[in-house]
Amino acid sequence: MSVLVFIDTAEGHVKKASLEALSYGAKVAEKLGETAEGVVLGSVTEDLAALGKYGVKRIHQVSNKTLDHFDPQVDTNVIAQVAEKTGAKVIVFANNVDGKAIAPRLSARLKAGLVSGAVALPDTSNGFTVKKNVFSGKAFANITIQTEIKIIALSPNAYQVVSGEGTAEVVAFDATVNAGKIKVTHVTKASGEVPLTEAEIVVSAGRGMKGPENWGMVEELAKTLHAALACSRPVADAHWRPHNEHVGQTGIAIAPNLYIAIGISGAIQHLAGVNRSKVIVVINKDPEAPFFKAADYGIVGDAFEIVPKFTAAVKKLKGVA
Amino acid sequence: MKILVCISKTPDTTAKIAFTDNNTKFDTNGVQWIINPYDEWYALVRAIELKEKDSSSVIHLITVGGADTEPIIRKALALGGDEAIRVNADSHDSFYIASQIAGVAKQGAYDLIFTGKETIDYNGSSIGGMVAELLDLPYVSLATKFELSGTKATISREIEGGEEICEVDLPVVVSAQKGMAEQRIPNMRGIMAARTKPLKVVEPTAVNALTMVAGFGLPPAKAGVKLVSPDNVEELVRLLHEESKSF
Ligand SMILES: Cc1cc2nc3c(=O)[nH]c(=O)nc-3n(C[C@H](O)[C@H](O)[C@H](O)COP(=O)(O)OP(=O)(O)OC[C@H]3O[C@@H](n4cnc5c(N)ncnc54)[C@H](O)[C@@H]3O)c2cc1C
Ligand SMILES: Nc1ncnc2c1ncn2[C@@H]1O[C@H](COP(=O)(O)O)[C@@H](O)[C@H]1O
Repeated sequence: MSVLVFIDTAEGHVKKASLEALSYGAKVAEKLGETAEGVVLGSVTEDLAALGKYGVKRIHQVSNKTLDHFDPQVDTNVIAQVAEKTGAKVIVFANNVDGKAIAPRLSARLKAGLVSGAVALPDTSNGFTVKKNVFSGKAFANITIQTEIKIIALSPNAYQVVSGEGTAEVVAFDATVNAGKIKVTHVTKASGEVPLTEAEIVVSAGRGMKGPENWGMVEELAKTLHAALACSRPVADAHWRPHNEHVGQTGIAIAPNLYIAIGISGAIQHLAGVNRSKVIVVINKDPEAPFFKAADYGIVGDAFEIVPKFTAAVKKLKGVA
Repeated sequence: MKILVCISKTPDTTAKIAFTDNNTKFDTNGVQWIINPYDEWYALVRAIELKEKDSSSVIHLITVGGADTEPIIRKALALGGDEAIRVNADSHDSFYIASQIAGVAKQGAYDLIFTGKETIDYNGSSIGGMVAELLDLPYVSLATKFELSGTKATISREIEGGEEICEVDLPVVVSAQKGMAEQRIPNMRGIMAARTKPLKVVEPTAVNALTMVAGFGLPPAKAGVKLVSPDNVEELVRLLHEESKSF
């Protein structure tokens, strides 16, 4: 019997969210006295055996070319075969873009209860209960899974990657792979930039920046911190910034280690997408801005003066000119 | 073309979140209910736009919920749905809801099923995928654009740090998010018309829920903000480096 972790890759590399899922899965396996195993689909350039350091003992690799393109219907079918073969009791996904597409399908397929957006290890003292975020991070719920097989989709940045010693045994898994119905024709990736949902640090700005022409200083700060960029909804609606940077209740929900909000008032719908950040810094010229109530650190002042100083101070700290 | 749009009801985005009955129930006292924004602004409006291009299309709305969801469904009809189906059941189990939707969808032979990206209360992001699996249909999640030519859909969807464009033949299940369409306000004519549009109530089929809510909680309150003088930005950077160890 196993705790099976879906190892999600992009361009042959294992995503950070999957390292969290592996660490989490290993811990669940330890709790249940089972073995942590992994499943990876398609071509991978990374050394899979090395993932053993996150506690996974065996990795099933289904290296069929069809699987290089993402099709949740095809992938679900393959993962179901691996789950059956390994007698999976718990199946762990990262609750990222791919996880959100596959985990629900697998849940319906196996009639296995799913908790998506889990933020903690399961409580097995009385049944099997998993904590997840609800109401856009304004509250949490404890969800009891009532089925024999359980599926957990782990929120990115909710569980610390734990790495130790060990190598995983990598075995080729011979699965039946159906032809997919979805044909991917084009992929665009903002190369070199940090994906927002995976970023440790996010620099975000709002209407206080007055116009898109002033984003240079925001970008400079983000670059200096190796941070991803985000913005408030009106900024995206006005096309000052692309839609995929919009965070909040109706945008992307993030939980980075550090969220820096510049010229954002902190409306409840904005907070809903960022309130799980570990540390929040607010720069706003209005001392009454609601965001200060949700912040850990703040500066009351003009962003146009503070942001360049911020960048300079970080550069000084890092010893770069 | 027959389009099914899944509509759910959620508390208004500014609603106070509190719980009753020993933290096992959401406190609905004074809560305003709205159509889940993703369902309304993106899924439904895109469906309406498709119908505007091809007037032979019909839009059916489905909600799984009690009689208290009817104002929400009427509003969705006012925006532009042709008729609505309410499955008379109240559940927070995604699989239960998805099974009810799939049951109705099977009978309707829909070419296209739209859901929102997620409900802003339970944040499952699960129902679209489950419906697709139950109907053995392809599923394109987190779609930001949807174009149709004949029976071929071209869909853009979010991926980490980018976008993917794919093609798929109908029928397909699509979960919609920002980018798909722009929010609309129902007009008077729509509101009047909605009053007489059919709203069919059907009883749920027997399905076992796979999960159950054991209880709720609120996150611990923040300790309070530490303010740094605007003349001393270096101090903020020092705190972030040494105290919170953020970089
Ligand atoms: C259903 C619904 C869903 C929504 N979803 C979202 C969502 O997902 N995400 C989201 O962000 N919003 C969302 N909103 C909108 C939200 O309510 C706010 O309107 C929005 O977040 C405000 O954006 P802002 O803070 O950039 O702008 P404003 O509210 O205009 O705030 C600008 C801030 O900048 C400050 N400022 C001005 N000049 C300077 C300066 N020189 N230096 C420093 N500070 C300065 C001001 O003091 C002010 O606090 C939603 C609204 C609704 C109704
Ligand atoms: N009770 C419901 N009735 C009809 N559709 C629903 C219901 N709950 C959720 N949905 C649809 O499924 C989408 C995703 O919901 P969820 O998986 O709960 O986040 C929503 O945006 C709706 O389109």
